[in-house]
Amino acid sequence: MTYLAKPKLHHPDLPANALGFTRRDYEGTISTLCAGCGHDSISAAIIQACWELAIQPHRVAKLSGIGCSSKTPTYFLDKSHGFNSVHGRMPSVLTGANLANRDLIYLGVSGDGDSASIGLGQFAHSMRRGVNMTYIVENNGVYGLTKGQFSATADRGSKSKRGAVNTDEGIDLAILALQLGATFVARSFSGDKEQLVPLIKGALTHPGAAFIDVVSPCVAFNNHEGSTRSYDYVRNHNEAVNRLDVITVHREITAEYPPGSVQEVRQHDGSLLRLRKLSEDYDSSSRISAMSYVQSRYAHGEIVTGLLYVEPGAGDLHESLGTVDRPLNELGEKELCPGSAALAKFNASLR
Amino acid sequence: MKPTDIGTPDYFHKVVDCQWACPAHTPVPEYIRLIAQGRYADAYMINWTSNVFPGILGRTCDRPCEPACRRGRVEENQGEKPEPVAICRLKRVAADYKGDVKSRLPRPAAKKNGKRVACVGGGPASLTVARDLAPLGYHVTIFEADQRAGGMIRTQIPKFRLPESVIDEEVGYVLDLDVDFRPNHRVESLKELLGHGYDAVFVGSGAPRGRDLDVPGREEAAKHIHVGIEWLASVSFGHITKVGRRVIVLGGGNTAMDCCRSARRLGGEDVKVIVRSGYEEMKASPWEKEDAVHEGIPILNFLVPKAFVHEQGRLTGMTFEKVQAVYDDKGRRSLVPTGEPEQHFECDEVLVAVGQENAFPWIERDTGVEFDKWGMPVLDPKTLQSTLPSVFFGGDAALGPKNIIWAVAHGHDAAISIDRFCRGEDVAVRPPALMNLVSQKMGIHEWIYDNQIVPDARNRVPLKELTIALKDIRQEVELGFDPELAWKEAQRCLNCDVQTVFVPKLCIECDACVDICPMDCITFTADGEEAEVRARLNAPARNPAQDLYVGAGLKTGRIMAKDEDVCLHCGMCAERCPTGAWDMQKSFIEMTHAGPGCREGAAPRKAA
Ligand SMILES: Cc1cc2nc3c(=O)[nH]c(=O)nc-3n(C[C@H](O)[C@H](O)[C@H](O)COP(=O)(O)OP(=O)(O)OC[C@H]3O[C@@H](n4cnc5c(N)ncnc54)[C@H](O)[C@@H]3O)c2cc1C
Ligand SMILES: Cc1ncc(C[n+]2csc(CCOP(=O)(O)OP(=O)(O)O)c2C)c(N)n1
Ligand code: SF4
Ligand code: SF4
Ligand code: SF4
Ligand SMILES: [Mg+2]
Repeated sequence: MTYLAKPKLHHPDLPANALGFTRRDYEGTISTLCAGCGHDSISAAIIQACWELAIQPHRVAKLSGIGCSSKTPTYFLDKSHGFNSVHGRMPSVLTGANLANRDLIYLGVSGDGDSASIGLGQFAHSMRRGVNMTYIVENNGVYGLTKGQFSATADRGSKSKRGAVNTDEGIDLAILALQLGATFVARSFSGDKEQLVPLIKGALTHPGAAFIDVVSPCVAFNNHEGSTRSYDYVRNHNEAVNRLDVITVHREITAEYPPGSVQEVRQHDGSLLRLRKLSEDYDSSSRISAMSYVQSRYAHGEIVTGLLYVEPGAGDLHESLGTVDRPLNELGEKELCPGSAALAKFNASLR
Repeated sequence: MKPTDIGTPDYFHKVVDCQWACPAHTPVPEYIRLIAQGRYADAYMINWTSNVFPGILGRTCDRPCEPACRRGRVEENQGEKPEPVAICRLKRVAADYKGDVKSRLPRPAAKKNGKRVACVGGGPASLTVARDLAPLGYHVTIFEADQRAGGMIRTQIPKFRLPESVIDEEVGYVLDLDVDFRPNHRVESLKELLGHGYDAVFVGSGAPRGRDLDVPGREEAAKHIHVGIEWLASVSFGHITKVGRRVIVLGGGNTAMDCCRSARRLGGEDVKVIVRSGYEEMKASPWEKEDAVHEGIPILNFLVPKAFVHEQGRLTGMTFEKVQAVYDDKGRRSLVPTGEPEQHFECDEVLVAVGQENAFPWIERDTGVEFDKWGMPVLDPKTLQSTLPSVFFGGDAALGPKNIIWAVAHGHDAAISIDRFCRGEDVAVRPPALMNLVSQKMGIHEWIYDNQIVPDARNRVPLKELTIALKDIRQEVELGFDPELAWKEAQRCLNCDVQTVFVPKLCIECDACVDICPMDCITFTADGEEAEVRARLNAPARNPAQDLYVGAGLKTGRIMAKDEDVCLHCGMCAERCPTGAWDMQKSFIEMTHAGPGCREGAAPRKAA
C-alpha cells in the first residue's frame, strides 16, 4: 500500500486525445493494492483504452463487487460514475442501471471469486440477457482480499502458496460466457498491455455483452511455483491466437496485411475490429470452434488468449425488450402515466 | 544495447544535472536538502569545500547550473513558464544563516613541506589555488597589484550586488591559512619571478583590459567617455562618486548591466543601454537584464554606434545606425542596415562596455611560455599546464574572460597539477571523483529523503524598495530568502542525486513501475540499436544529452530502458516494486582536490 500521492507532473510530450485530455486525466487515486498486483496493470490498460477512445469520463459507469479486483475502479476514471455493490452482485446492479439509463457506457469490474463463486448466477444471467456492458474479470485464481483461498477458477491440481493442492475442477469463465451467449468474448493477460488495451477498446465499443477474462497474478498469494496464475507460468503457457486493432470511425485505415491473415468485423457504431491472425486455423467468428479450440489447448496446458469470439450483428437487452430509445430515467410523468384512457385501452388489448 | 554500468563514475553524476553543469561540481541537491533541514552551516561547508566562495557566489554566480536544472525540463507545458530551482540564491541562504564556521575550516599547515608556489594576481583563481595548497604545507605567495585581495570580485562587481563584508569574510578564510599575501605588488616580469626559484608559478592575472570603441568623436569628447570596467573600478575605489544626468551605456553583457545600474545610483536619471544585437541575443544573463529593466533602465536594440557628438569638447550625444538581423541559409546571423535615417540620442556621459581582453605585458615571449596567435597562452585544457612545465594558468587568464565559478574550477585543477608536479608525478593523470551510493529505504514506504513533488512555481528573492536601493550604491539591493522562503524554494528541488538503481535479477516484469511512473520513463521492450530503441519507448526519449539506463538479464529476454531525461526521482517506481528491483540510492559525488587523494598510490576515497 502506497501512501504517497502520485506526482501531478507528467511527461512534457504527453499527447492529448480528441477531447484535449491526456492519459493522466483518466487516472484515479493511487492504488492501495499490493505492489506488483496484476490488477493495477489492468487499471492502467483501462485508462489507456478510455483515453485512446477519447471517451468522456462522465459518460462511463464503473461498477464492481467485492475483492481486490473490485476495489480497482477507485484507481481509474475518477471523473466517472462508480458503484461498489455487495459481493457478486455487480451484474444485477449494473443491469438495473443500464435499463434505467441506456446512454452510459457500462464497465463492470469483478474478480474470479466475485464472479465464479458467489456471483456465478449473476454473471450467467447478465451474459445470457445480453446486457450492453464490458465485463472484466481480473482472474488470479484466488480470493486475494481474504488472503488467498483457492477460487472457483483455480485449475485442478495447482498448488496454493502453502502447498495445498486444489482438487476441484476449475471454472473457465470465457467458456461459460461463450456458452451463455456473450457476443464478444476475449481472454488476456495483465502483463501484456499490447494485447489487452485493444481488447478493452473493442469491448467498450461492442454493442452487446462483452466479456474479458484477464489472467492477473496475485503477487501476494498466487505467484509461486506450482501456481498456474503466476507471471512466469502465464508467460510460458500463453498462446495468443490473434492481435486486435480497433479502428474507430474517424481513423483512416493504413496498415496492410497479407491476404487471408486478417479478419474484419464492422460494429454497429461504425468502429472496425481488425483481427490479425497469429494462429492459422483459429476462427473467431464461430462460437463452437472457439470453445473446442480453447478447451483442447487447455488440455495441453496452454492458455489461449486473444479475441476468442465476436458476433458482428450483436444486439442487447434493450433491443430484445423493445424499450424506447430515450433513457427511461429521462421520461417524465406524462410518458410514464399516460392516463386512464390509455390504461383502459391497454387492458382491453389483453382481453 | 549495452547494459548500463552504474559504477562508471560519471554515469550518475550526469543525472545530477546541476552538479554536472557546475564547473566546480558542487553537490547541489545535498546542500539544498541541508538548507531545508535548517542545517545551514553544513550546507555552507559542502559549498565551501567545492566552490570556496559560497557567500560571494550565492549573490553573483553566473549559475550554469540553473539552465541545466531538471525542474526547467519537467515543468514544461504545465506551468506558465518552466523555471529551475533558485540554486544560486539558496547558496546565499547557507552563507547568511550559517553562524560561525571558523572551527570547521582547515587550519594552517602545522608543518611546511618546503615547496614554494607563486600566484600572480589575487582573484578567485589564485585564491582557490592557495586554499587547496596552503593546508597541505605549501608556502603560497600571492602577488597582487591592488591593495586588497579578491580580483574583479573586489574591484568590478558593484557593492549593491556584493557587499564588501562578504568579500572580506571569504577572502579572509583563504588568507588565514597562512598564505603569504603581497599587496600592491605588480609582477612586472615573469623571468624575474622565475629567477626566485619557485617550485611552481600560477598565473591568475585575469583579463584586465576593457575594449574601447573607436568611432569619430572619441578623442574630442574623451573626458565624458569611459571604458566600463575601468569606470567600475574607480566607482568601487570611491574615486568616482557622480555621473551625468543622461547616460548611455554601450554593450549587452553583464558589465554593461553593472555600469547602467551603477550610473542610476550615482545621479544618472536618464540611463539607457544601447546594444547592436537583439534583446534575446544579448550576452548578459536574463536575470541581469531583468534587474536593469526593473530599475527603470530601457534597453534599446539593433543600434550600431556611429559617432560621438560633441560641442567644444563637451559630449552632447551619440548617433546610431539602425540594423536588422538577417540569417543566411546556414543560420548565420549578420546585422544589416535597415536604411532608416541615423538616430541621435542626447547624453552627458557614455560608458563603453563592449568587451574585455587578455593582456600579458609582463610575460616575456622567450620564457618558454608559448602564446597562440590570439595572444592566449598555449595550455593543456585539463591540467592548465603551459609549455613551460612549472607554469600554470587559471581563471580569466587561461581561457579568456569567464566568471568566478570557472576561475574556482580552474584553481582546483591547477592545484592538483601543481601538487602532482611538485612531487614529480605525471600531471596528466587526474584523480577520480568520490562516489558513494547509499540506499534511502528506511522501512516499508519510508524513505530517508523527502520525495513529495511540490507543484510550486519558483520563489522570487525579495528586494529592497527601489527608491531606497537607488539612493546608495553600497546598499545591497537583494534581501535574500528568509528561512521560510528558503524552505519553500528548497522543496522544489527534485533530489536528482537520489538515483533509481535497477537490479534485473530481482525483476518479475510485473509492470508496476511502468504503470505508476508519472513521467512514463520506464519501458520493458525488445533490445535494439539505441536510436531505434529511443524512438519506441513509452515516451520517446528525444534528448540525446541524457542517457538511457539499460538493464538486461530479464526472464523474458527484454531490456528495461529508463529515460533519465525527465525522471522526477520521486521514488514511485521503487515504492511500487514488489521485489525491490528498484531502489532509490543517494549518489554523493565529490570532486577530489589537491592532496593525498590525488596522488600516486592513493586508496580510492570513501565517504564517511
Ligand atoms: C563588471 C564585471 C562584473 C562581473 N560580474 C560577475 C558576476 O556577477 N559573476 C561572475 O561570476 N563573474 C563576474 N565577472 C567576471 C569575474 O569577475 C571574473 O571572471 C573573475 O573575477 C576572474 O577571476 P580571476 O581570478 O581569473 O581574475 P581576476 O578576478 O581578474 O583577478 C586578477 C587579479 O590579478 C591582478 N593582476 C593582474 N596582473 C597582475 C600582475 N602582473 N601582478 C600582480 N597582480 C596582477 C589584478 O589586479 C586582479 O586583482 C564580472 C566581471 C566584470 C568585469
Ligand atoms: C457476502 C460476502 N461473502 C464473503 C465475503 C468475503 N470476501 C471478500 S472478498 C472475497 C473474495 C474475493 O475474491 P475475488 O473476487 O477473486 O477478488 P480478488 O481479491 O482475488 O481480486 C470474499 C469471499 C464478502 N465480502 N461478502
Ligand atoms: S492480495 Fe493479491 S490480488 Fe490482492 S492486492 Fe495483493 S496481489 Fe493483488
Ligand atoms: S523516480 Fe521512478 S517513478 Fe519517479 S519519475 Fe523516476 S522512474 Fe518514474
Ligand atoms: S515493479 Fe519491480 S518487479 Fe515489477 S516490473 Fe518494475 S522493476 Fe520489475
Ligand atoms: Mg481473485
